[in-house]
Amino acid sequence: MAEFFAMGGYGFFIWMSYGVTALFMVTEVLLLMRRRRTILQRLSRIRRAKIGVSHEAQT
Amino acid sequence: MAINWFKYSSPASFYPLAGRMIPWAMAVGVLTGVAGLYVGFFVAPTDYQQGESYRIMFIHVPAAWMSMFTYIVMAVWAVAGLIWNTRLSSMMATALAPTGAMFTFIALWTGALWGKPTWGTYWVWDARLTSELILLFLYIGFIALQASIDDPRRAARAGGLLALVGLVNVPIIYWSVKWWNTLHQGASISFAKAPTMAAEMLLALLLVTLAFWAYTIAVAMMRVRCEILESERQSNWIYETVEGLR
Repeated sequence: MAEFFAMGGYGFFIWMSYGVTALFMVTEVLLLMRRRRTILQRLSRIRRAKIGVSHEAQT
Repeated sequence: MAINWFKYSSPASFYPLAGRMIPWAMAVGVLTGVAGLYVGFFVAPTDYQQGESYRIMFIHVPAAWMSMFTYIVMAVWAVAGLIWNTRLSSMMATALAPTGAMFTFIALWTGALWGKPTWGTYWVWDARLTSELILLFLYIGFIALQASIDDPRRAARAGGLLALVGLVNVPIIYWSVKWWNTLHQGASISFAKAPTMAAEMLLALLLVTLAFWAYTIAVAMMRVRCEILESERQSNWIYETVEGLR
């Protein structure tokens, strides 16, 4: 196991490469999921505000 | 079966289609990625010259390919947006840019980490490395330019022009190792001749390439959906069809 992670002495270079790549890819997906949630929350606030305004106009 | 492609050129009908593509693309990406890592670390033999350090290749080469390929696709969408003035085309270009920039950075980063043990240096100003760095600046320039213009149509036009002009850099990157005497090695895989590496190495390389490809499709679809929601916030259809807004 330790031998596998040592990668014949190149462990640092290999795991820094793979680690940063994985970190970037996972982070990009998480950021996009958060962006989508934020947009949907804002849009539903706009929608509720619109419905409220049209109710007031009717009464 | 005749498919009416123009139907999908409007944001309202592309939005659900993009949504259906995301889980499939992600699944393909994860499966081929895991398979590629397995072959790359446990099946592919140790290189007789470089030892284990060559295993960086399994992300370095696919990332570099993606960085160039994504730029071409992005420029094609941007130019389509310029010609036909279709908003969805420009949104596709916008959606691809950050992922292309990310793979360009990964190509440079893994290249530096591979260069240190094999060349003795993290960085040299040779033609391949320098032109790839310019590609990163082009992506960042495209993103920054679009972000700095408030009017979406003008932002799309300006970005489209930049993407088109920057396209000249892609063949320079690709053939730089031929045109100039570089420290970077030549292509190990080309359409002209048989690959000069073990079959297991080639398999791992192709699996990871497929994984990056599927990943790029998935995140580009996620991002284009965000772009559509933001630009269509005045339209009724999103309040009638989008899950979580009805």
